Amino acid sequence: MAHLIQAALLLLAFALPAAAQQQPDAFDAALPGLVGNFNQQAEAVERLGALGDPRAVPVLRALSDGRLLKRPDGSGVVPPGEAAPPGAEAVRVNNRVRVALRGALGRLQLVSPEPGERLAAAEAVFRSRDAANAPLLEAALAREAVPRIRAQMELSLAASRLVATDEDAKRAAVSALGATASTDARALLLEARAANPGLSGAIDAAVAAIDRRLSLRRAAETLFQGLSLGSVLLLAALGLAVTFGVMGVINMAHGEMVMIGAYTAVLVQEALRNVPALLPWSLPLSVPAAFAVAALVGALIERGLIRHLYGRPLETLLMTFGVGMILQQAVRTLFGAQNREVISPAWMQGTLTLPGGVAVTQNRLWIIVFGVAVLLAVLAAIRLTRFGLEMRAVVQNRRIAATMGIRTGRVDALTFAFGSGVAGMAGVALSQIDNVSPNLGTGYIIDSFMVVVFGGVGSLAGTLVGAMALGVVNKVLEPWAGAVLAKVAVLVALMLFIQRRPRGLFALRGRAADA
Amino acid sequence: MSATVASPAPARAGTAAARNVLRWVLLGAVLLLALLPVLNRLPADSALHVSDFVVSVTGKWITYAILALAIDLAWGYAGILSLGHGAFFALGGYAIGMHLMRLIGPRGVYGHSTLPDFMVFLGYRELPWYWLGFEHFPFALLMALAVPGLLAAMVGFLAFRSRITGVYFSIITQAMTYALMLAFFRNDMGFGGNNGFTDFKELLGIPLNTPNARAALFYASLAALLGAYWICARVVGSKLGRVLVAVRDAESRVRFLGYDTTRVKLFVFVLSAVLAGLAGALYVPQVGIINPGEFSPGNSIEAVVWVAVGGRGTLVGALLGAFSVNALKTWLTSVAPDLWLFALGGLFVAVTLFLPRGLVGVLRRPGT
Repeated sequence: MAHLIQAALLLLAFALPAAAQQQPDAFDAALPGLVGNFNQQAEAVERLGALGDPRAVPVLRALSDGRLLKRPDGSGVVPPGEAAPPGAEAVRVNNRVRVALRGALGRLQLVSPEPGERLAAAEAVFRSRDAANAPLLEAALAREAVPRIRAQMELSLAASRLVATDEDAKRAAVSALGATASTDARALLLEARAANPGLSGAIDAAVAAIDRRLSLRRAAETLFQGLSLGSVLLLAALGLAVTFGVMGVINMAHGEMVMIGAYTAVLVQEALRNVPALLPWSLPLSVPAAFAVAALVGALIERGLIRHLYGRPLETLLMTFGVGMILQQAVRTLFGAQNREVISPAWMQGTLTLPGGVAVTQNRLWIIVFGVAVLLAVLAAIRLTRFGLEMRAVVQNRRIAATMGIRTGRVDALTFAFGSGVAGMAGVALSQIDNVSPNLGTGYIIDSFMVVVFGGVGSLAGTLVGAMALGVVNKVLEPWAGAVLAKVAVLVALMLFIQRRPRGLFALRGRAADA
Repeated sequence: MSATVASPAPARAGTAAARNVLRWVLLGAVLLLALLPVLNRLPADSALHVSDFVVSVTGKWITYAILALAIDLAWGYAGILSLGHGAFFALGGYAIGMHLMRLIGPRGVYGHSTLPDFMVFLGYRELPWYWLGFEHFPFALLMALAVPGLLAAMVGFLAFRSRITGVYFSIITQAMTYALMLAFFRNDMGFGGNNGFTDFKELLGIPLNTPNARAALFYASLAALLGAYWICARVVGSKLGRVLVAVRDAESRVRFLGYDTTRVKLFVFVLSAVLAGLAGALYVPQVGIINPGEFSPGNSIEAVVWVAVGGRGTLVGALLGAFSVNALKTWLTSVAPDLWLFALGGLFVAVTLFLPRGLVGVLRRPGT
């Protein structure tokens, strides 16, 4: 039966002279060579490898594993996966054939059904830099559909052509390489520049083009890192923008609210260990939990302590610092001083490559999304809800608000609880990028105050702009100055900035400014 | 926002006598302290003998008391709450620490004739320019006072000129000490990175960590404390002192009356920073180490609470607070280390809520 099909295929192939259709017959024509002597075997392996036909892969792999059987009548091999006829023996090979096999399999990976293998093979070809690979790559490119692998193959093809003898091919390769944004291509071009003095002009232009693209990509990545740091600052500062910016209460225990939120995430994760179905969702579930816990603690602090000190900001500062100390030590006593870990769900792990080769880590991306979402939620709560209306009324004129029937004490407690709850949600996000330890919050408190002061006390838009600006400036400075000096420079710059605009970027104007 | 500080009412005529009594009692106690190094020399089995530990701990507290005076002068009288005085203290300490490092000479582990160990370790070839001159004690002492003073002048000028007051100023000074802490943690700053300076050998020819050195440093600190007290008392007793209190209570009104409040505040802030630097310079030889941890914002705010506990706006209050809080700290950290932070946090809360005038307020008007 198989013979008949083979014969039919052969006939068909001979009948159709188009180049594209010659491949099937070339494949079948090469197969019988595998049962010849070792020289014929090696030759057949080479031919199969050069065909770029995916069907050759299982045959060659079976041969290399010693699993390929030859028909008892010596007419050819049994294709892998087919039932072995009685009396079939394994095809034996020698070292020379094995070497040929290795090369052929390597090249054939370019057409492997596995996308990962194809990509790896294309990268290997890029590194090996052999003009002989060019036809193979062309064949592979013709059938490749995945854009990322195509791009790598084109790069490898250009690299292979760059070492060819044909001047025009080289020129084409240089311009192809110049269209990429790869450091490998850049190194390749610089190497080729010495060997090809005639092409130096074209190569220089290509290198310059790559450099331009690379610096653009670096800028994009720096911007992303800056925005991601900025959204961390935004998250940490948003709660403060409510308690300090809106209420004017200076809460040095704010960092501890963030820390409490992070520990709530730890507790939720521990609790869900018994419910495996929900475990991947423990992080999203932690968000409302952290809000609730931190808001409750905040409400207790406001009602129990802070309300006795309204109008005395310096005392409030000292008192809340003490509260922060107590909270920190309490958590240390309850949970121990060692770091806790909050596991990232699978959908938050890994790196994402954006168009243009910009690599972004998923959890940072999610923090940006989360930061923006929390900002919108806070804005909505202040602008759209009854509570927000009452809060703004009390801030504008406490006594008139009270006359209108607003229970100002309750609004104070709720506002402070709201700000603390937002800090708690920030803690859930920070648990993904920082160690969850009792002093998690201390590292963020000064930055948060800077953001709020920089942006303008009482302005949420200012908080957003302030956080993003500080984040980006920090990351832009980092490559020159190192992380620590960048931070110091930002702090110094902020102090100078406050000289020019003591009330921040988005200063309140008119009557509100005197409040 | 307005920066008025809820302030202790000016001392009334009726309590003036009580106030004087308190002052003399406290000064008497300070003079009694002067006996400690003498008692330390008594034979160990004598009933009046005090241990080396007591002498060195008390010496440390005296430098803390100077720092408390400095904070009280700025906060209690002028209403300038600095949360960065620990930075001035640490800078004074670093200046004298540089002198002590230079005195080690070839006795370091690496035996280099001029470079301190950490520089040899980090591959320095020669002393950085800012280390020059620190082999001379007078220069180092001058720097211990001048560097904090200059920093305070810069920060104060920028802040007071643009009318940054109240909590905003507090936050800026806290950011200042935080930034300095980050900077001093860096190895390539040339200040020993996170290890700082330690392993000192001698000061002014006296080998450190000997009874003689302890006594000398103790008396130097005590003299500095008395000197600082005298200066502060002169300042607050003068017309300037009254302007300061007026600035604290109603800065705008004082400005409208024609006083240059910026200059007044700048003067008192710089003086306060210089005193803090002096305290740091006396502190480091006694504890034998200085590292960037001294810059941590927590240290500064802890010093503020000494003043709050003792009673701000009174010089005796600062002394009382520094000694009592630190005595509590030394005792608690030895018997129940975990409780100390609860106690300190509780002090912050209790003082601000129940004792706005601190211990001095309680002593003056018992029963309220």
